[in-house]
Amino acid sequence: MKWDIPLGEEIHPGNLGCQGCGGALAMRLALKALGPDTVAVIPACCWSIIDGAFPVHALKVPVFHTAFETAAVAASGIKAAKDVQGKATTVIAWAGDGGTFDIGIQALSGAAERNEDIIYACYDNEAYMNTGIQRSSSTPSGTWTTTTPDERPESRPKKNIMEIMAAHRIPYAATCTPAYPDDMLRKFRKAKSIKGTRFLHILSVCPPGWKMPSDRAIEVMRLAVQSRVFPLYEVEDGLAYTMSLWPTEPVPPEDYFRVQGRFRPLFEDPARLERIKAFVDQQWEILVRRHRRTHPDEAGIPAGEAAAR
Amino acid sequence: MGERMLLTGNHAAAHGARLSRVQVISAYPITPQTTIVEELSEMVASGRLQAKFLTVESEHSAMAACVGAAAAGARTYTATSGQGLALMHEMLHWAVGARLPVVLSNVTRAMAPGWSIWSEQTDFLSQRDVGWLMLFAENVQEAQDFVIWLYRVAEQVYLPGMVAMDAFILSHTSEPLIVHDQDRVDAYLPPFRPLYDLDPAEPRAYGGLVNRDHYYEMRFKMYENMERAGPLLAEAGREFGEVLGFPYAPVEPYMIDDADYVLVSAGAMTSNVRFAVRLLRERGIKVGLLRLVAFRPFPFEEVRRYLGGRAKVAVLDRNMSPGHSGIFAQEIRAALSQGAPPTDVYGYVLGIGGRDIRVETVVEAVEDLLARDHPERCLFVGVKGLPIGPVRPDAEVRPLEPLEAEASG
Repeated sequence: MKWDIPLGEEIHPGNLGCQGCGGALAMRLALKALGPDTVAVIPACCWSIIDGAFPVHALKVPVFHTAFETAAVAASGIKAAKDVQGKATTVIAWAGDGGTFDIGIQALSGAAERNEDIIYACYDNEAYMNTGIQRSSSTPSGTWTTTTPDERPESRPKKNIMEIMAAHRIPYAATCTPAYPDDMLRKFRKAKSIKGTRFLHILSVCPPGWKMPSDRAIEVMRLAVQSRVFPLYEVEDGLAYTMSLWPTEPVPPEDYFRVQGRFRPLFEDPARLERIKAFVDQQWEILVRRHRRTHPDEAGIPAGEAAAR
Repeated sequence: MGERMLLTGNHAAAHGARLSRVQVISAYPITPQTTIVEELSEMVASGRLQAKFLTVESEHSAMAACVGAAAAGARTYTATSGQGLALMHEMLHWAVGARLPVVLSNVTRAMAPGWSIWSEQTDFLSQRDVGWLMLFAENVQEAQDFVIWLYRVAEQVYLPGMVAMDAFILSHTSEPLIVHDQDRVDAYLPPFRPLYDLDPAEPRAYGGLVNRDHYYEMRFKMYENMERAGPLLAEAGREFGEVLGFPYAPVEPYMIDDADYVLVSAGAMTSNVRFAVRLLRERGIKVGLLRLVAFRPFPFEEVRRYLGGRAKVAVLDRNMSPGHSGIFAQEIRAALSQGAPPTDVYGYVLGIGGRDIRVETVVEAVEDLLARDHPERCLFVGVKGLPIGPVRPDAEVRPLEPLEAEASG
């Protein structure tokens, strides 16, 4: 298989990302798809640091740093100005899970409801990593963070941001991860070709926060997909679901969890682990049902998956 | 020479934005600001104003959208009031730090709780230290003109500016005004030509991480430009007169030359203060008025020149800073503390939560002023059941049990 990944870079070599940072990889790939006529809007998040301290700047496109809760609306304002000036520049808001699931969700919901002509990408590392690993509403159940210590790990499931965004009936929403760069590039290219609010949910490994070795960063993101913990799919107009990747031989979620120290509490609580595995299955089945509703001819569904129903 | 019309302060503010040819508007409705954005929506929908209007989901987002649009090189405008301005606070800082000449009209409104939609200046004055140019409009003409005046100055110093206009007294009261001709305003206010506009051909990063080697200097330059804004504001006010027929200045003295007693006020109440001054003059009392038009940059020179050495200065504050006094009174005292002849400043708080400030209210305050022989920090006018005076030293609190000196046993 030949991957169609542009050789050109919109990011300079060298940035302040940690070793194995999924967010840094994701930005590199996203900008390869979006090209140089792009403005990035970055609220408080790891990328406020990764891009570099003044006067250093890692990206080859303009970056507008904005307040934590304002990525979607600051991007909307920039796009409005570009429109008035007759410029077709792509404006992408690039926020972490805290800036998307928590403090930024109001502005994001507002922008999505108005169908602002922006791309909103959330690189999701499932906690407030930049401030030192505190839980967010994206932190999955059973996770250790500094505010959900071993004695009382995260008790609630991860907020389903994709369903929230789909409920706004925006033209395009998709999940992706830099561990599947071909898939990710395809989705960013598709996003660029569509007008309106486009939402990209990127699972983004954080070795220091996930308590795992940085040389397993890509592997762990692939395990998230293969174990169905983080399925890759697209939602068009809020209703049409298409699975992007069917794990041929799904790996058990424990294989994904075990690599990461943050899931240590799960292995002390077998009942919770079982509940979480059942939850993963249930979420997967919901997505498969929605895919089937969208594609009644069962096109693309592998035989194994079809037989499992 | 413009068109004589009868408009509310809010509609006048909308015309100020239209005549300024704002390109991006972003706003969220709040009483009593709503008719500004309603009017602007109609102007945009009808094509009388070529602009994008973002009807966002909060005032915080309204200012964030203005910040984004201004950073991308558009002339941007918003309007708000009270709670809305408070919610914007973080992004007001952002607009300043990012050096973006956004202009907003704020219909000054008392803060909740309890819910009040009525006039008070505390919402506006709570933004004192953010770094915006801050003006107080007194009438409908100024509600329009100050928007235009501010853009002319803001875009020279790369600092944002806000106009205060009193809830209902100004926002919803119709007065005759001259709505200027577009070509005259164009002559006064050229198109916004930003230094930077998020151009991908010049890919810079804006507003990112700065270490201790740079932040201080950035803020120092911001402060310097605010100092420059003082003379530029005065100059642009004179030019407003030359080009558009209405000269403006950072302060407005009235019957002040021979005055022993000078009242200080800002905003719509000034009209009644002026009337009271005339009444008191008829009684032979040598009283005058200094109206503050600009609050930031603060007109230190003018305040020292007009107030220094007077027998008594009474500052009328439709606002208060608990634990200190009326906010203008603080500012006037501070200005007079540097090189002005000794001047006793009496602070009067009145009209809180939209309580009427009538001509008689001002006359009563002046009668109180004449009767006093030493300055008081904060005198309250018109609290029900109380004469004009300071707070009560025995105000009710909820005392705790006395502490025992030592654990027994």
